[in-house]
Amino acid sequence: MKEKEYRMGVRAQGGLLYMQGIPGVAFGDRVQVRDHRGGLRNGRVIRSAKELVLVQVFEGTDDLDLENTWVRFLEEPFRMPLSPELLGRVFSGIGQPRDERPPIVSSLSRDVNGSAVNPAARAYPKEFIQTGISTIDGLNSLVRGQKLPIFTGSGLPHNRLAAQIVRQARLLNETSGFAVVFAAMGVSYDDARFFRENFESSGVLGNVVMFINLADDPPIERLVLPRTALTVAEYLTFDLDLHVLVVLTDMTNYAEALREVATAKGDVPSRKGYPGYLYSDLAEIYERAGRIKNRHGSITMVPVVSMPSDDITHPIPDLTGYITEGQIVLSRELNNQGIYPPVTIPPSLSRLMKDGIGKDDTREDHPRVASQLYASYARALEVRNLASIIGAEELSGLDKKFLAFAEGFEKQFVNQGEDEDRSIIETLSIAWDLLSLLPYDVLTRVSEADLAKYHHRERGAVEHDLDDAETRPETVTHA
Amino acid sequence: MGSIVEINGPIVEVELPGVRTGEQVRVGEMALIGEVIGRRGERAIVQVYEATDSLRPGEEARALGHPLAAELGPGLLGGIVDGVQRPLNRILEESGDYIARGLEITSLDRKTRWPFVPAQGVVPGQTLNGGDVLGTVQETPSFEHRVLVPPGVCGELLEIVPAGEYGVETVVARLRDLTGEVAELKLYQRWPVRTPRPYRRRDDAVVPLITGQRILDTFFPLLKGGKGAVPGPFGAGKTMVQQQIARWSNADIVLYVGCGERGNELVDILESFPQLTDPYTGRSLMERTLLVANTSNMPVVAREASIYVGVTIAEYFRDQGYDVVMVADSTSRWAEALREVAGRLGQMPVEEGYPAYLASRLAAFYERAGRVETLAGGTGSVTLIGAVSPPGGDFSEPVTSHTKDVVQTFWALSKALADARHYPSVDWNDSFSGYAGIAARWWEEEVDSGWGAAREEALALLTQAGELARIVNLVGPEALSPEQRWVLEGAGLIKEGVLQQSALDPVDSFSTPQKQMALLNLMLEIYHQGARLLQSGVPVQELLRLPLLGRARRCKSSYSNDQLDELKAWGEEVRATFEGLRGEYSQMAGAGQ
Ligand SMILES: Nc1ncnc2c1ncn2[C@@H]1O[C@H](COP(=O)(O)OP(=O)(O)O)[C@@H](O)[C@H]1O
Ligand SMILES: [Mg+2]
Repeated sequence: MKEKEYRMGVRAQGGLLYMQGIPGVAFGDRVQVRDHRGGLRNGRVIRSAKELVLVQVFEGTDDLDLENTWVRFLEEPFRMPLSPELLGRVFSGIGQPRDERPPIVSSLSRDVNGSAVNPAARAYPKEFIQTGISTIDGLNSLVRGQKLPIFTGSGLPHNRLAAQIVRQARLLNETSGFAVVFAAMGVSYDDARFFRENFESSGVLGNVVMFINLADDPPIERLVLPRTALTVAEYLTFDLDLHVLVVLTDMTNYAEALREVATAKGDVPSRKGYPGYLYSDLAEIYERAGRIKNRHGSITMVPVVSMPSDDITHPIPDLTGYITEGQIVLSRELNNQGIYPPVTIPPSLSRLMKDGIGKDDTREDHPRVASQLYASYARALEVRNLASIIGAEELSGLDKKFLAFAEGFEKQFVNQGEDEDRSIIETLSIAWDLLSLLPYDVLTRVSEADLAKYHHRERGAVEHDLDDAETRPETVTHA
Repeated sequence: MGSIVEINGPIVEVELPGVRTGEQVRVGEMALIGEVIGRRGERAIVQVYEATDSLRPGEEARALGHPLAAELGPGLLGGIVDGVQRPLNRILEESGDYIARGLEITSLDRKTRWPFVPAQGVVPGQTLNGGDVLGTVQETPSFEHRVLVPPGVCGELLEIVPAGEYGVETVVARLRDLTGEVAELKLYQRWPVRTPRPYRRRDDAVVPLITGQRILDTFFPLLKGGKGAVPGPFGAGKTMVQQQIARWSNADIVLYVGCGERGNELVDILESFPQLTDPYTGRSLMERTLLVANTSNMPVVAREASIYVGVTIAEYFRDQGYDVVMVADSTSRWAEALREVAGRLGQMPVEEGYPAYLASRLAAFYERAGRVETLAGGTGSVTLIGAVSPPGGDFSEPVTSHTKDVVQTFWALSKALADARHYPSVDWNDSFSGYAGIAARWWEEEVDSGWGAAREEALALLTQAGELARIVNLVGPEALSPEQRWVLEGAGLIKEGVLQQSALDPVDSFSTPQKQMALLNLMLEIYHQGARLLQSGVPVQELLRLPLLGRARRCKSSYSNDQLDELKAWGEEVRATFEGLRGEYSQMAGAGQ
């Protein structure tokens, strides 16, 4: 069958090719399509019946002349050849070289769909990665093997942030860095170049494998690209024992390609026209991050997810947030104030932070300081809101302190240079500078011992601060 | 024997005459396992629990003659199984780190030998009925597994083995029924997961499930045998609430069903529970725990089954006379699996793509919760707690709203609270419990006769503070009277001193009912004392400056469950401080005249 070419297409539409009268084709298998001009396209069987076979064509089905379209069933799933030679190379979504160098030849290749990791085989990720970025290290720490996306919007500096993470990420007491798998789906040429130059200038290019599908490349190829990239990441991790950082950008383009195909297939839409299986489909990708017991390497994943119209409840960021282990959310408002990175703290989260920080990993007070900063900033934002109604002069003395805290927090803690690589101790010390703007008695998330050790003023000296105390509605009002 | 006609993702159409809906089948050369979910003329529609890649039309399909059934017997505890009850540790041995397809693995281990002791008074000649206790197996030092006559089986006991060590396949007893048919009983039985196991009758749930989480136990209680739901947007703390319940609740057995969620969350349990001690038995927490896992990257169809596998195992332990808690994280993923299959079958979607039977399936699932008189005459219960993951955090979506209609306890998690790291982020305005009245009887008898009144006062204070906060946000704090400002402070004490409770704080992670009550009483007392001083003319600023307000908020982590006497002593100091203030002010007032 592998040798044979068929010309039995009956319909071609929306990237789907319908074929009749070819019995016994395996579901999921790879297909090669030769069009009337002799051009080769790649595809995959996505439905197989005795009467009808449906093929998804990655390069699209535009201008296919069915009379002159020949299809060959390759009798195997999509596979990616694997070898150490991958490092430093650039590929398309289906693993074809994009760097004018020869294809990878290797006796080892794997099905790009992978299979589900047995949960009983996983090891819980807990090793703190210092990214040098205070909003991440201090408040939403990343650990090795975590999947932590950046939620962003058009025009926000997510690429710069992702590149900074790649440049600076390291373990506190290890020298070996990360190998990088960079998977770009539907990005602009400029963005792709930005990353490439960044990898080059920081000297890691030889440790990077890039998979590129540009904005004007066929969208359906985006569906296979992250899978190919992750197959390579798994190889680097579990065969070569490397610690791998995977950057996926932009998952929104991926999900849109998925919707396009689902619509063409006539799948029942759920929210905003995305198919009901978007969740499971994204999970197949994101859950490939992690650690496995008794294995040395790890896959840490930083997907970039654009929020259409800055809406975090849009299905793509929403479902992503339900799968990933937290999220770093960028804000247009902070960006407009010139704050970099414009990470907005309240909706940001790292779920795996709890086991990666504290006494043995970063510093003993770290978990409580993080919780206190969150709580105090939430309260400060309420005060700021109140000030916008009644005027800042009308605020009580304590509220004015909160206002100052919010200012300092954004300008000194959140804001930092694109090349500024802060140690976790520096980050914590900025945190205490700011917390010291507030009196002892409103800092109930930290312990008395923390206050004695790190707060800049002693208890007695602060007492009078509360002379003009006012109660304010608790951090969160229920309007 | 039949053959495959079509493969469309997890849905496979087969020509398999005579196969029944619900029956298990194996399809293809890899013998993938699936279940018949419908018929189309001569053809059967099969949902396959494993990925269907590389199946071809024409490959064979084989009916197994029985529906999806759980194996119930010794060896369940402490383990982790997939959505169709295959032990993941065995899969690991067979196929390595990634789950292979078409494996044939029994649910219960056939090699382990269990110490079986026939029940007292069970002797040949006697009549036994379904649900009767045949004997026991001491499965762990703290857990006695009761081997039951399977429901539906009854008759005269012909023979029973003496006490000794047996594998689950050993015939330990034989019964002859009225028609003369002989049934062989083993240490395990099978039960079809979609059929609720029978009991004698349903009893009213009467005692609260104590979870050690103050906002749950004190404010929105759940009963043993009750049904509860935890809805919330991502990151609000659903999983954490369920893990806390799995850790600390006073149940005999805990089933944790990870349905379409993260693999690492199950690993967290697998790695941490063996190190934790069950506060009630002093044994390792893992010994009373059982995990059912169909993580988000595992095949969707088995996700739908996993919930039923879980609840069937729960009912089996209930039938032995135990209190069982099952948490399901998340029922939304189960509903999505239903939707996915319905869509592929071309069934008419009604709301957001969900089929019309979503509501009835949800209700039927939760109906399997309850406190019952077992067939053997004992009492057991299944408490069901489902997480709900509404898209975009919108509680009006179908799964949340239908769930809300069937549960009695609804712990609504709030994004605003979670964003301020106020955990558990249970929203006191949107949550409810229909069990507070019944729970009050237990609390007032066992812990403090003032429970109901204190709870109501605290809730009223929170509501009042909510309204005042709205005013402040419109016109600023100056508009409030001193009494009103003190109400805000009182509510603040309740929120920070009682409701907020960090699961990660070793001292505060679990709060005994006594500590819950002590903290609540302390905060209310401070509020009352202050209110009285205000009346006698002490300015509110003077009160708000008291350092004890900050310390009161820290009491939950400063005093452990064993230090309630010290906490009470501190309460005395607080009283003294207020007395002192009262004294000063009455002197000043006197001097002023
Ligand atoms: N009770 C709690 N105490 C401390 N932290 C909590 C608590 N509940 C939630 N969290 C924090 O919130 C994060 C998200 O909680 P999780 O239960 O995973 O949310 P969800 O399941 O709703 O997405 C956790 O990783 C943890 O950091
Ligand atoms: Mg969760």
